[in-house]
Amino acid sequence: MPITKLKSKHLLGLEGMSREEINFILDTAVSFKEILERPIRKVPTLRGVTVVNLFYEPSTRTRISFELAEKRLSADLVNFSTNTSSVQKGETLKDTVKNIEAMKIDMVVVRHSIPGAPHFIAKCVDSSVVNAGDGAHEHPTQALLDLLTLREKYKNLEGLRTVIVGDILHSRVVRSNIWGFLAMGAKVAVCGPTTLMPVEIEKMGVEVFSDLNKALEGRDVVMALRIQLERQKGGLLPSLREYTNLFGITKDRLKRLNKNFTIMHPGPINRGIEITPEVADGPYSVILNQVTNGVAVRMAILYLLSGGEKKVE
Amino acid sequence: MKKEKPILIMDSKTITRSLMRISHEILERNRDAKNMAIIGIKTRGAFLAERIAKIIESIEETKIPVGLMDINLYRDDTQSKKEQPIIQKTEILFDVVDKIIILVDDVLFTGRTIRAALDQIIDFGRPNSIQLAVLVDRGHRELPIRADYIGKNIPTSADELVKVKIKEVDGEDSVSIVKDQKSEKKRKK
Repeated sequence: MPITKLKSKHLLGLEGMSREEINFILDTAVSFKEILERPIRKVPTLRGVTVVNLFYEPSTRTRISFELAEKRLSADLVNFSTNTSSVQKGETLKDTVKNIEAMKIDMVVVRHSIPGAPHFIAKCVDSSVVNAGDGAHEHPTQALLDLLTLREKYKNLEGLRTVIVGDILHSRVVRSNIWGFLAMGAKVAVCGPTTLMPVEIEKMGVEVFSDLNKALEGRDVVMALRIQLERQKGGLLPSLREYTNLFGITKDRLKRLNKNFTIMHPGPINRGIEITPEVADGPYSVILNQVTNGVAVRMAILYLLSGGEKKVE
Repeated sequence: MKKEKPILIMDSKTITRSLMRISHEILERNRDAKNMAIIGIKTRGAFLAERIAKIIESIEETKIPVGLMDINLYRDDTQSKKEQPIIQKTEILFDVVDKIIILVDDVLFTGRTIRAALDQIIDFGRPNSIQLAVLVDRGHRELPIRADYIGKNIPTSADELVKVKIKEVDGEDSVSIVKDQKSEKKRKK
């Protein structure tokens, strides 16, 4: 029987999510995408639902994307950022969310630098929790929007050969994407400097490369990750120039890929470091489609998690 | 529990005749099909809309824009239902402004679906007018809404279900009445 409901009332990660469930979310997102093309880009679906955007880490794309998704669905939203809040006075995460929940809210969207923070919040509150990125752990809505973008182009991801290039160690996008890609039946390889490669990552079911040219051979999809300049103080990279030489996605390297290939990047882009401007803006790049799909996917998630059962009692 | 047999009210022939008559009534009232567009409510209303459009097109020999609409995003009970309804795609690829919109659905019951549909159409723009065509009107309205074109009036009691089957979805055309077992169970409790 086709599924009509998500298993969990939270979206904490893609680990363990089935292909059916992912396809169900993406199908819903496709329907929501049409709303973004209407003359009035707003529907009254989540009227009366209050969402708190709890961002403990800076973010432009994800935050604006969630905010727009909430507004398009007529939800009420409250934004919270750490530098203007009582976190500065030493309030704990648990106290903060408990207090916010006491003001009667329905959903929490959380971005935090500590892995597992959304899971912790989910245990503390009755509201639905959406993970908008926790440390180097997961970023499920990003992976879902990537899957939607690829599904639009290839229809079926079964057997699609993908490679994720860059700082695998610090990336939350990578973990969610690996689980998402594998669940959809795609093949996944990761490639990056050995200092930025987590030990035992092959146990997730991916191929590991340290030579980009070999990694690109016969691939359909290349996802370049951002070199997180703010996390490179420990001397894991000798120099950015060396990184670009060895791992930058350049036009020259694209000839190793299969025909009808796709270039992705979760943003923000360091132009000229992990990807050349020429490639980022090329016809095979879907970087801006990813951003559009982000709003649709987040609308779908907010809608599906806002099930009414809990409010009846 | 004994399962009650559905009572057949309309078969394929009578449905086709009704749609034919509705199409003529639409043309009679609006004089022609100029400036007209048809919007069907998913799932079954959408197929009925396409059939009516085809009939009118064959009479008038012009093309009529047809749109399909999912009204679930405009429901008034999304926050109280146990499960979120599945959202299908809305496809209105023409400008509704100043058009005469014929809204088509299979069954007119409480009127809440139609209320949602009206709100949604008006969010797309300001049409000249909206007229409602339904295959079956079963009564029990909860809102001040009535249909302009009706295939068949079927008086029902609240614990009955009107089941419409459409060839494109269910493999056959039929309208029948069955006892709603859910509401019967509720009463026993």
